[in-house]
Amino acid sequence: MSTALLTPTEAPAAPRPRTAPAPIPFTRLVGVELRKMFDTRSGRWLLITIAALALVATAAVIAFAPAEFITFESFATAVGVPAGSLLPIVAILAVTSEWSQRTGLTSFTLVPRRGRVLGAKLVATVLVGVVVVPVMLAIGSLGNLLGAAIHGIDPVWDTSAQILAQNVAAFVLVMLIGFTLGVLIRNSPGAIVAYFVYSLVLPGLLAALAAFQEWFRDIHLWVDFNMASTVLYDEHPTGEQWAQLGVSGLIWLVIPLALGLWLVRRSEVK
Amino acid sequence: MITVESLTKRYGGLTAVDHVSFTAQPGRVTGFLGPNGAGKSTAMRVMVGLTEATAGQATILGRRYTDLPNPGREVGVLLDASAQHAGRTGREILTIAAKTMGLPTSRVDEMLARVSLTDTEATRRVRNYSLGMRQRLGIATALLGDPEVLILDEPANGLDPAGIRWMRDLLRDFADAGGTVLLSSHLLHEIEAIADDIVVIGQGRIVAEGTIAELLASASTRVCAADVTALATALAAAGHEVTLTPDGAVQTDATPAAVGELALAARIALTELRASDGARLEEMFLELTADTQRESRLTDLEGAA
Repeated sequence: MSTALLTPTEAPAAPRPRTAPAPIPFTRLVGVELRKMFDTRSGRWLLITIAALALVATAAVIAFAPAEFITFESFATAVGVPAGSLLPIVAILAVTSEWSQRTGLTSFTLVPRRGRVLGAKLVATVLVGVVVVPVMLAIGSLGNLLGAAIHGIDPVWDTSAQILAQNVAAFVLVMLIGFTLGVLIRNSPGAIVAYFVYSLVLPGLLAALAAFQEWFRDIHLWVDFNMASTVLYDEHPTGEQWAQLGVSGLIWLVIPLALGLWLVRRSEVK
Repeated sequence: MITVESLTKRYGGLTAVDHVSFTAQPGRVTGFLGPNGAGKSTAMRVMVGLTEATAGQATILGRRYTDLPNPGREVGVLLDASAQHAGRTGREILTIAAKTMGLPTSRVDEMLARVSLTDTEATRRVRNYSLGMRQRLGIATALLGDPEVLILDEPANGLDPAGIRWMRDLLRDFADAGGTVLLSSHLLHEIEAIADDIVVIGQGRIVAEGTIAELLASASTRVCAADVTALATALAAAGHEVTLTPDGAVQTDATPAAVGELALAARIALTELRASDGARLEEMFLELTADTQRESRLTDLEGAA
């Protein structure tokens, strides 16, 4: 055909010599995911709010609690409330923003193995819990010292190191619940609502069910992760309580997370 | 180099990409042309591993995209410039990408300069960016890792004429340096202005492909003569297809050179002789865009090609 004559004849330029780039180390991904958790206004303000509310809670205990309640446990409980409700949201947004803000389009093209990205997010989430919760407890400690000084009493340190460690673990677990809901739902508002249903509505429903249904009463603690987690605030949990934590954790955390990760790996990123 | 082999993506009963095969060569800009909804974006998402193919495969530099150890260093991708966290600044978005790829942050400044985003603009949140600025940021992200291959979905969207010119030069330079460029567009003239090779897709299938010269070249010759009837007879006698146009010219599949020789031999004085305008691609493209008679029209074209 005549048109073939019009085909350009110049040879393609020689490709530049290259060496294959090194694989991306997992630690680098964790660093990037940590940065992404707090480089937006929402992320930064969540963190600031948690700290500010911890200060407010501490001040409230000093101002309103009678002298016999000026103990480290009171302060630890008070600072735990804002951290307990907001840290899971940090975990949720770390996952869901990839879909709700559509950043996944970039994240998953730069790192096509989605399991690695989510694994990095999981590690980053745990790290945030492990760092933020002790900081909250430190704020509580300062409150305890200040409160004791104001009330003219000796500071009461009524919490063992074991309980503190268990406290941190309890916060990490609620963050992981948030993370799991994020992976499963992949939509910021949806996952946040689901988290509050899980943490505020579900315990009441399960308790009601246990109150009215004998068969459920026996298994209640084995299937209610919220309830089973409270064991972490006890000084001497029994073997059965640990087992209940493990079984309910399998139901509410391990299985849904595995399912969510499997779905994410198969889903289409748009 | 991008190799797409019999790529197919079905959503239930809908086949979004239907046995698409083509190669984007290094040193050349390959235009992926098709009307909206033709399957361009789906095909590109499959190429970079965001969507799983139902059948077939795509390889980039000889490997599946998902097997690249650090894809950003080898393939620059821009699929949707709006898909960015609105609360991050342009600079932060580039910094995250640079850190992921393991690049120094100085590279971020280089890229900002390369796409002409000023320092002030780079410190603004993407929420406040125009589409054109987002495209520039997206191009900066794609170029960040100094890749060998670029995959860009509608990169000229939202750019002003100067921006389009800039993009064209940038991609030209990239290809001239040995890079492979695959870019999609639903605008024919945009592809014409920049691409070396064109792959036309409609309804998920490739309907035409070739170099721009091949596709834009005329398939016929227009010729006028004092004695049109004698000319038509001579052409028909030589075995060429002949049609008389309403304005008294002859349209034939013979090349202008062949027509000239025939006319000389038959001693017919010509008043006009030229290759018809390269309207074939445009016509085909319009047909693709119009929903009616698509199938029959495509069959005609395939027969003619």
